[in-house]
Amino acid sequence: MSGVMKRMGMIFRAKANKALDRAEDPRETLDYSYQKQLELLQKVRRGVADVATSRKRLELQLNQLQGQSAKLEDQGRKALALGREDLAREALSRRAALQQQVSDLEVQHQTLQGEEEKLTLAAQRLQAKVDAFRTRKETIKATYTAAQAQTRIAESFSGISEEMSDVGLAIQRAEDKTAQLQARAGAIDELLASGALDDQSGLAKDDIQAELDRLSGGTDVELELQRMKAELAGGPSQQAIEGGAAGTPQQNQQQSHPRFDKQ
Amino acid sequence: MIVRIMGEGQRELADSHFAELNRLDDELLSEMQSGDEEGFRRTLAALLDAVRRLGTPLPDDALEPSELILPSPDASLDEVRKMLSGDGLIPG
Repeated sequence: MSGVMKRMGMIFRAKANKALDRAEDPRETLDYSYQKQLELLQKVRRGVADVATSRKRLELQLNQLQGQSAKLEDQGRKALALGREDLAREALSRRAALQQQVSDLEVQHQTLQGEEEKLTLAAQRLQAKVDAFRTRKETIKATYTAAQAQTRIAESFSGISEEMSDVGLAIQRAEDKTAQLQARAGAIDELLASGALDDQSGLAKDDIQAELDRLSGGTDVELELQRMKAELAGGPSQQAIEGGAAGTPQQNQQQSHPRFDKQ
Repeated sequence: MIVRIMGEGQRELADSHFAELNRLDDELLSEMQSGDEEGFRRTLAALLDAVRRLGTPLPDDALEPSELILPSPDASLDEVRKMLSGDGLIPG
């Protein structure tokens, strides 16, 4: 077939690739898609703010616990000076329990900090993508408006556009759907890649670990008691105790004065 | 195969009818190229009649791209020539 029918069909098919659909304005679809992306970005930002708030709260709790711990240590020291070993033992037991809480909170704090950093990065990357989309959207809209004007001029003398509408409708719908799915998949990928959607559970300890912690807590009290006794007596056994089961001096320093990179 | 008559909608035709349609279509092209306005109008009317007679109309809300397209019955030779020349009917 090489006549009028075939040639007209070919022309319309070629034009359909640049089809302009009059039934659904692609400019509205683009704006809608952009709006959805902004909402997603807003959600991620809220997530960052929530995590940062939780982190701050943990820091306040940590400071509070450390203050109480220092107070109990002081009380233990005074009790021992007054010859009340039973009272000193009680104070140090309470302090050991507090120290355990401090350690747990520090682990949680580190986890939250990591999560916050990942989320911040994800928000930044998403922001860049949304910005790029906005630029592209405006370009497409401008091109569309210009093409639409051209089409109107052509239609005014041709009187036909129904074929364009049919094919254009199908193509436009497919393209819109694809773009929307891509935008959504991109955003979810972004969050998954950054780890923001990872399961952050798994912090709970098992029974055995809890028992071990409890036992080591008791030992710490005894060691602490001995250390204080030695301090009061001014005896030479201090180094031996510290160098033994109580860990290195650096470790002790880290436990009693946790540092936070972010405030 | 789906054929559209501009301004009238689409019709579905069996491939077996294309021999007859092709003959009229080739004739139409030759009349258009030679500038035979009278012959062009006559052949166009015959071609459109054949499509109407042999094809089954598609519902208006059907969303099927046409494989072949025919000018509307009142299209002049000049208009059809414009459609097929250069950049085609719609610029861009």
